[in-house]
Amino acid sequence: MRQGPLGEQPHPHKGRTKDGLAGGELVARVLDATWADPPGLWGWFCAINHKAIGRRFLVTCLVFFALGGLLAATMRMQLSRPGNTLVGPDLYNQIFTMHGSTMMFLFAVPVMQALAIYLVPLMLGARATAFPRMTAYSYWIFLFGGLMLYAAFLVNSAPDAGWFSYVPLAGPAYGAGKRNDIWAQMITFTEVSALLDAVIIICTVFKMRAPGMTLNRIPLYVWAMLVVAFMIMFAMPAVALASAMLIMDRLVATHFFNPGEGGDVLLWQHLFWFFGHPEVYLIFIPGLGFMSAMIPTFARRPMFGYTAMVLSIIATGFLSFGLWVHHMFATNVPELGKTFFTAASMLIAIPTAVQIYCWIATLWTGRLNFKVPLYYVLSFFVILVIGGLTGLMLASVSLDSQVHDSYFVVAHLHYVLLGGAVFPLFGALYYWYPKFVGRLMSERLGRWSFWLMFVGFNVAFFPMHLLGMNGMPRRVYTYPAEMGWGTMNLVATIGAVTLALGIFLTLVNALRSARHGVLAGPDPWGAGTLEWATASPPRPSNFLATPIVYGRDPLWQGIPEGQPDHVSGLAADVREVLCTTVADAQADSRMMYPASTPMPFLAALATTIFFVGSIFTPWAVVWGAVLVAVPLVWWFWPTQGEAQEELALEKLDASLAAEKP
Amino acid sequence: MNEAVVRGRALDVAELPTVVFSHRSLMWWGTLGLMAIEGFVFALVIASYFYLRSHQETWPLTALPPDLLWGTINTGVMLASFLPAHLAKRAGERMDLPGVRLWLVASVLFGIAFTVIRGFEFATLNVRWDSNAYGSVVWLLLGLHTTHIVTDLLDTIVLTVLFFTGPLDGKRYVDVSENSFYWYFVVGTWLPIYFVIYWGARVV
Repeated sequence: MRQGPLGEQPHPHKGRTKDGLAGGELVARVLDATWADPPGLWGWFCAINHKAIGRRFLVTCLVFFALGGLLAATMRMQLSRPGNTLVGPDLYNQIFTMHGSTMMFLFAVPVMQALAIYLVPLMLGARATAFPRMTAYSYWIFLFGGLMLYAAFLVNSAPDAGWFSYVPLAGPAYGAGKRNDIWAQMITFTEVSALLDAVIIICTVFKMRAPGMTLNRIPLYVWAMLVVAFMIMFAMPAVALASAMLIMDRLVATHFFNPGEGGDVLLWQHLFWFFGHPEVYLIFIPGLGFMSAMIPTFARRPMFGYTAMVLSIIATGFLSFGLWVHHMFATNVPELGKTFFTAASMLIAIPTAVQIYCWIATLWTGRLNFKVPLYYVLSFFVILVIGGLTGLMLASVSLDSQVHDSYFVVAHLHYVLLGGAVFPLFGALYYWYPKFVGRLMSERLGRWSFWLMFVGFNVAFFPMHLLGMNGMPRRVYTYPAEMGWGTMNLVATIGAVTLALGIFLTLVNALRSARHGVLAGPDPWGAGTLEWATASPPRPSNFLATPIVYGRDPLWQGIPEGQPDHVSGLAADVREVLCTTVADAQADSRMMYPASTPMPFLAALATTIFFVGSIFTPWAVVWGAVLVAVPLVWWFWPTQGEAQEELALEKLDASLAAEKP
Repeated sequence: MNEAVVRGRALDVAELPTVVFSHRSLMWWGTLGLMAIEGFVFALVIASYFYLRSHQETWPLTALPPDLLWGTINTGVMLASFLPAHLAKRAGERMDLPGVRLWLVASVLFGIAFTVIRGFEFATLNVRWDSNAYGSVVWLLLGLHTTHIVTDLLDTIVLTVLFFTGPLDGKRYVDVSENSFYWYFVVGTWLPIYFVIYWGARVV
């Protein structure tokens, strides 16, 4: 307890109640009250607890997934027979662009980050994410960006140049109206959100692990999300920059992509795919993380080859930045360069294969517990291997040039993305649902859902390989009967309907089980990682006492004789957290967390006005910046109460304390 | 003192410090993360500059290279501002209130100086953003760096005011240290940008 520099007084009583198991239920209630967000509608806007934000973020992403799915269903209906007139060409352009943009920017990457926001602190034994208010801000920004895109769709102004928005089609010369400005600005929203979440996840993993969770004891899922966060930091800036250049070309007459004035259209493709290829791995690596979390649980043994797994994830992260030109084989990049990118594209199969063999070894030597999540895990092996093999085919320049922009590519990318990410994600939803809700989902409905999804998916997408070989280009709104593509398209549509039905069953299952599911208890699957050490759903502070970790699967390993098993001495009546050292996770310092506040919401609102305004007038950049600065300064400015609580808990380092009595 | 101690089955952390600097502070890692992102954006714009340049016979297209005067003066001013930023950081890490106030005010004055000179730099670029692709990329590069200067200046002003009005506690000294850390970044990234903007248009 210390006085402040300007004579500020420490709080008279806050900070005296300490946590730890000795305090019993009384201290537990104090912790609940301290860490809970305020109640009511107003409280809903003030929420900063990572579980509240994570849940909301997850639901938002799943809603966008459903919307993107409905758009896909509309396309499948249109293509189900030749010469169909359900959807016209202009609307079709908007629909496929919206489908791709939604799935890539509003679902696939953010849903992984949303789950990480919820799960990573729990798996690390932490009470919160690093920077909780920024976590809330990045959620709101994401939500508003998505809403803007769909609002534009409703008024016939959705982007229509494809999810990779190539210039010159999306540039000022051909992309009339506001459609592609909306696309570019949607990118700004989602990238701000993704980049902030990446920093949050890195800081959480580095500094907030439970004592004893050294680098080589971090759960593999958390490793995966850590690598993803680093990749986001270096991939997303490229697309943010490219979309900023695009919108400037369109709105203030710059010439980045205008060959007439020294610009270059391939600059767009380089910048976009420098992001776009790592993007695939941003979606795929979390899927690998889900696999690594679920396989040991359902094989009932620790993961085989932990170190090889970690190194493979890191290697995949690095290599994914060396592949982007394989999306540009049909352009005039130098042939020698293409050869390099072919080699790199094949090289990345190695770390993926290492992981697949480690999983197989784990499953092979384990005692399998056949529950719904394991079905989804096993389907990954089938679907992803097919997607990976067609990927190896596409890595070859000659083959790629043949099937470029055909349905073969559509089939390949859906096999990779659904097999690599969506099927593991659904497994993960079944796996962690009891942690979120406190009840298990129905196994019977789950198996129905799985089989419908698995069969539907293959029926929908396998024929597309053949359609591509037969020359059907992607992004056509219809085709004449004499091309002979009608039957396979009809089959694909039937598959898509089956897939949608399977997904719908999972939704029904989730809604029904929230009320009628079997009560889960803390650890329904008998898993080994820390999120299962706490109640389901976890109480506001996650852990009544921070656990201490002595191995990779703490719940399976127990505590060595005579060693402490929990942390005590953090304030219970103030939001105080423990920071540990980066490599060895030794208890290092304490840190006070901010109160729940609407400032992230208001700042996100101001940012939205800024971003949307700048589509209509460049001056919005000036007044918008002022508008954003106000809530940000307010956000930063400490209150008397915060300073008092801080001082009540303040302790200096030994060296400083010696000179500062 | 200030270590975690084992009491029975519990590890008591009540004596751990709350005011820690550099890599022990969560804020430091957050700042470093944002610096990595922003630094990478700068690197990508510079790469775009050279990509565009590599596809042209003449550079800077039809424009004249930017005047060296203001840009070079500003580089000198920015390098000099390392000193107040560094002294503010040191004062912060010693929790020395008068020192922090003095060097924060000095930093603000430097910040104002190079923001004003930046205006002259824009005026003597000798190209408009909508003249050609060279103009676009140069304006983008200088504009991006200017947003960093302006935000860093505003941050520093807010922090300086806080150190005169309060409420303060020990953790605010960590903010001073982080603020200077970010200042290093803003000045440090200027050097490559300066060479690209002013010499990339001259050196063949």
